[in-house]
Amino acid sequence: MADAMQMSNLFARSAFTGRKELSQTLARWAFCAMTVMMVAPLFAIVAYLIIRAAPSLNWEFLVDIPRQGMREGGIWPAFIGTIYLVVISLVIAAPIGVLAAIYLNEYARDNWFNRIINLAVINLAGVPSIVHALFGLGAFVYAAKFGYSIISASLTLAIMTLPVIIASTREALASVPMAFREACWNVGATRWQTIRAVVLPNAISGILTGVILQVSRAAGETAPIMFTGAVFYKAVQRGNLFPYHLNEQCMALSMHLYTVATQVPNVKESIPYATAVVLLGSVLMVNATAIAVRVWLRTRKKW
Amino acid sequence: MNKPLDFHQRMRLPKRPLWAVFGEKALEALIRLCGVSAIIFVLAIFFFIFREALPVLFSGRFNILEFLFGVKWYPTSAVNVRYGTWALTVGSASVTLLAMVIAVPFGLGAAIYISEFCAPKIKEPLKIVIELLAAIPSVVWGFIGLTVMSKLIVAVTGAPLGVNLLNGGVILALMSVPIIVSIGEDALKAVPDSYREAALALGTTKWQLVYRVLVPAAKNGLLAAVLLGVGRAVGETMAVLMATGHAVQIPHSLVDPIRTLTANIAAELGEAPAGSDHYRVLFLTGVLLFCITFAVNMTADFVIRGVRRK
Amino acid sequence: MGEALKKIEVNGLRLAYGGREVLHGLSFDIYRNEIFAVIGPAQSGKTSFLRCLNRTIDFVPGAAMSGSVRIDGEDVGRVRDVHSLRRRIGMVAPLPVGLPLSIYDNVAFAPRCAGLTAKAELDAIVEKSLRQAALWDEVKDRLGSLGTALSGGQQQRLTIARALSHQPDILCLDEFSIAIDPVTTMRIEEVLKELRSQITIILVTNLTHQARRLADRTMFLWNGDIVELDTTEKIFSDAPANPRTYEYVNGIFG
Repeated sequence: MADAMQMSNLFARSAFTGRKELSQTLARWAFCAMTVMMVAPLFAIVAYLIIRAAPSLNWEFLVDIPRQGMREGGIWPAFIGTIYLVVISLVIAAPIGVLAAIYLNEYARDNWFNRIINLAVINLAGVPSIVHALFGLGAFVYAAKFGYSIISASLTLAIMTLPVIIASTREALASVPMAFREACWNVGATRWQTIRAVVLPNAISGILTGVILQVSRAAGETAPIMFTGAVFYKAVQRGNLFPYHLNEQCMALSMHLYTVATQVPNVKESIPYATAVVLLGSVLMVNATAIAVRVWLRTRKKW
Repeated sequence: MNKPLDFHQRMRLPKRPLWAVFGEKALEALIRLCGVSAIIFVLAIFFFIFREALPVLFSGRFNILEFLFGVKWYPTSAVNVRYGTWALTVGSASVTLLAMVIAVPFGLGAAIYISEFCAPKIKEPLKIVIELLAAIPSVVWGFIGLTVMSKLIVAVTGAPLGVNLLNGGVILALMSVPIIVSIGEDALKAVPDSYREAALALGTTKWQLVYRVLVPAAKNGLLAAVLLGVGRAVGETMAVLMATGHAVQIPHSLVDPIRTLTANIAAELGEAPAGSDHYRVLFLTGVLLFCITFAVNMTADFVIRGVRRK
Repeated sequence: MGEALKKIEVNGLRLAYGGREVLHGLSFDIYRNEIFAVIGPAQSGKTSFLRCLNRTIDFVPGAAMSGSVRIDGEDVGRVRDVHSLRRRIGMVAPLPVGLPLSIYDNVAFAPRCAGLTAKAELDAIVEKSLRQAALWDEVKDRLGSLGTALSGGQQQRLTIARALSHQPDILCLDEFSIAIDPVTTMRIEEVLKELRSQITIILVTNLTHQARRLADRTMFLWNGDIVELDTTEKIFSDAPANPRTYEYVNGIFG
């Protein structure tokens, strides 16, 4: 009888369990607070930028050229310049990156040479953007004699975005199960036939997402283009879709923001804020598209 | 039922056309070439920046020890030219340290929250927000430091100038947090569920589970997350250029303006005439930076490899 | 059985994975138009032997093969075009695999890789292979639908159709029935009995009763060594040459 009563008290709430539950709740709220404190700034900052930029945010701002030494007018040459740089650099980097990832995931055996290649990709990913700028200056502007031009800047950006394209393509390729490849080899298909028929079509969503994400990175970087081809001011027609030649310099949104925020005195307050909003908005929109593509393609999985 | 099998009526399978075979071999050669390209580019980067820096190393006017440890940086002086980068190195180190002191606890805390405590419905949107935070360009962060943060710091601390070590540290912290959160969350996700189930079956609370079981089990991955955050902070250029001010000096308080190795190159390269000593010393600073980030990234990868082997 | 009827001759076949030997010098022959069963517990080297046969052992890092395996007198280790070798051998894996392509493309995959593009011929091969694999009636109206959407039993038959689509001389089945239902297993066993008169079939299985039902000759492989190789009747009788055979076949160990 006494034993049964002792047993039933084992599971009753004691002071000990009460303390434990309290520490659990506290921990939960503490970690939640930490997360919020890291995430809330994003919303606060974006809101503040938009409010400050409001007077200048309109269609004219996008299509018009800068006037009065950047103090008035719009950002069209910088906007179209960024598009040039992004498209050209990705056209160069994406094929090389995808093929390199195909090599690393589908062909490379596990020997010392391929381990060095892996190390090289990791190191390339960690190189500071100013060192990329120095490289672009030494290699493309001077040694290759391209001079200060869109082509030098795009090549520099291409090498900067390459390692991340390689890494994300590898992940996409690795997500295709090995069993499919073995089934193809068993019927006498070569490695490339297997890749073309089964591996690539099913990895394309991951590859696409990876490339789109690099669009925003290429658009946002300043240092690599500052010393290789982006320029403070270039005379361009408003609304012109093809104003630049490849061997010319160009303006770019990121460079423009830096210039207008630090080098131009007495500028109307809302102009740098509006430039920041256009740059930030474009980058966030591209990234959101990539994420949406990823989510949508995940629902269409074939196995 | 099935037709009688007529295996004797075998069709000869044709041989593949020669152009297809050669085309495939050519494509595979191209693939291998692209695979090797990563090594080529890394070596090329080192080669070309070293090439621009080399002449000054062998000139009589230059002393490597003074370059690394000298405090005075007077590149444009007419009478007393000095190229000491120690103040810049301390600037880089101090802003990185401050950024990590803020980012690591918050970043790991957020990683733990997302991985263990968060309700599933909030998890996906939260991760998307963190991804978007990681996408903000560094020049926009620099702009924020220059405008928003600067006003905030002046208001809170009463310092004369809003662009300083503190400003740079906070901005860098906000920039590094997304990396720490996403890699830290991956590390925690990699801990097998059996650990969690075993611990909960023994009656631990979630909090005890986290600090007694999960963090020790994931410590390699978490360390790697921190190291990669450090790598990002050390290599950052535009944000610190705009947020930390323009003083090449060793900071004595949180609100002293400083300059980092990266920002220094960006600020002065435009003015240094090509081929001059100043120009070449800036490239040499680039070599120094390359070596530092190389070391940090190698360490991070080495640590991650320890995780994968388990 | 004379020399002229030998299809596969194995001589001193050794296989090692990174220094650890898994096949210790096997020597045996497989004749034409027979169903040849290889039985033995797990990790005996049965799958490894199949991989040596069609050279997919090349894809296993650290694998070293020595000795000779001859098909119709030709050494597989020295063959000029390894892809046409693989097309002479049909391979069915334990887990059913439907490629993420349409059913038609699944079966047309191998002929297309070999260089066949004429639609009429591809259509004929697809229909013939699916009929041989006893799958045609179930899928003939939906050849465009995804191969991965079929059931396990259907995917295994699809794999057999794929294996037959390149018209092999030899069909290897590696524990084909472990992941499918008994009804499909029976249908496939009927298919194998029908195919025997045209091709050579190597049946690797852990299910001794399956070997007893189907095989002409059976080889008991244990830890990389041949314990006994004889007619199925002898192996499953009360007095096989090796007592360990009796023990394994009757479930005393395994």
